[in-house]
Amino acid sequence: MTKMLNGGKMSAQEPTEAVTASRPSMKAMDTSVIKASSGAPVNNIFSVENVDFYYGEKRALKSINLEIGEKKATAFIGPSGCGKTTLLRCLNRMNDLVLNTRVTGQIKLDGKNIYDPAMDVINLRRRVGMIFQKWNPFPKSIYENIIYGLRIVGINNRSYLDEVVETSLRRAALWDEVKDSLHKSAADLSGGQQQRLCIARALAVEPDVLLMDEPCSALDPISTAKIEELIHELKDTFTIVIVTHNMQQAARVSDYTAFFYLGELIEFGETGKLFTAPEKRQTEDYITGRFG
Amino acid sequence: MSTSMEHTDKRYEEELKKLREEILYMGGMIEDQIQKSIKSLVERDSKLAEVIIERDHEVNRLDVDIDDICVRLLALHQPAGRDLRFITTGLKITTDLERIGDMAVNICERALELNQEPQLKPYIDIPRMARVAQRMIRESLDAFVREDTELALKVCKDDEEVDQLNSQIFREVVTFMIDDPHTINRAIKISSISKYLERIADHATNIAEMVIFMVKGKSIRHLKELPPTV
Repeated sequence: MTKMLNGGKMSAQEPTEAVTASRPSMKAMDTSVIKASSGAPVNNIFSVENVDFYYGEKRALKSINLEIGEKKATAFIGPSGCGKTTLLRCLNRMNDLVLNTRVTGQIKLDGKNIYDPAMDVINLRRRVGMIFQKWNPFPKSIYENIIYGLRIVGINNRSYLDEVVETSLRRAALWDEVKDSLHKSAADLSGGQQQRLCIARALAVEPDVLLMDEPCSALDPISTAKIEELIHELKDTFTIVIVTHNMQQAARVSDYTAFFYLGELIEFGETGKLFTAPEKRQTEDYITGRFG
Repeated sequence: MSTSMEHTDKRYEEELKKLREEILYMGGMIEDQIQKSIKSLVERDSKLAEVIIERDHEVNRLDVDIDDICVRLLALHQPAGRDLRFITTGLKITTDLERIGDMAVNICERALELNQEPQLKPYIDIPRMARVAQRMIRESLDAFVREDTELALKVCKDDEEVDQLNSQIFREVVTFMIDDPHTINRAIKISSISKYLERIADHATNIAEMVIFMVKGKSIRHLKELPPTV
């Protein structure tokens, strides 16, 4: 069910009961939902509260409020420049690395504000991994790529590392393709394999959340299908947040979808509902291609 | 963001427009088929009945053509939101319209048979029922074009009137049959025509329900009671 709240927090929940003859008006229903979602403990891993983001003077995100469900796939969609990638990068403080930016409001991971000065950013990024549009394996072997994060924290136990390599590659659906060439250069893999290697590398440090920024935009349809299949499997264990320009992809892989426009969160709700009967005209115009 | 109704992809826009036009053309043809089928009965015009039966293949062709357009749109454009609801509604509406066309043929077949025998009684309630059923089809299609959910809901409610007329006709023909078993053959045929009209009204109701889904994204089908408003 999709909810729109005026200035309140948007929270996506499972669809409720079927339509009944005496169904309350939409407005009345929304109000009840606000109460329900603000009071009850929901399995939300991230809680974004009144977040504004500025690149210099430009306000790129405007009072964003939303919650991201644990072990669910949430897609951010919207036209270029709408703020979806900016918000994604706020979730593990990647934007800290961009000069002349600032963020206000709170983003809570398991109830703790990740912008708290006491927050250990390195540990945050271990818990919240990121996959980029263009795969970026290190110029090392497949094996070394996977264990890079573990080596940095001083783990050198060979049998443990072997186990992590196998588990991560299996989880990333790459093991069968590379198990005989683990010590060959990662650069020899195909684009789709390199992207799955990057996913395996992110999984090796046992994150809770995987942020994916257009992970398939440079891949062919078969490699894309493999990554999408992978996302379906990964959500049993991890929380996925994916930014995509491909709306069919958002519809296929995500449980919840958030639509952004000009730095505002326009609509957030259950993916099936948002793609068949969105509540906001702007969302409808965008998903049906009546845009611009 | 523009809130215009036009798609960025003009070809897509044209194809959707074509789908809408074809559905309306089929709807118009169906209305005509019903009206003439009843005329062939009331005026005992067997020639007209044969023309109507012959014309059913045009209705069937439209059904196939519209299905093709819908499948093509689904495959090539991966529609979402209101376009998706419009196209799936189109697929369902044509099935209902095609079935209504078949009912018109059935009415003509019974008319041809009845025209062979002396008239059992003057036709009063059957044309009345036909007028309501026809109105329901017209209004359901108007609701489709204008995206008018209140009109669609009215069509759903009007179904009750046709159901009552059907029961009334049934009771009447049963009296004929009890009084004189020689009328059984004709009485059953009249009862069948009444049943066909009742089914036509059901199909019009289906169309109206789909219109509500198309506009509001909510299904009101298979409810025990109709909502007072949508």
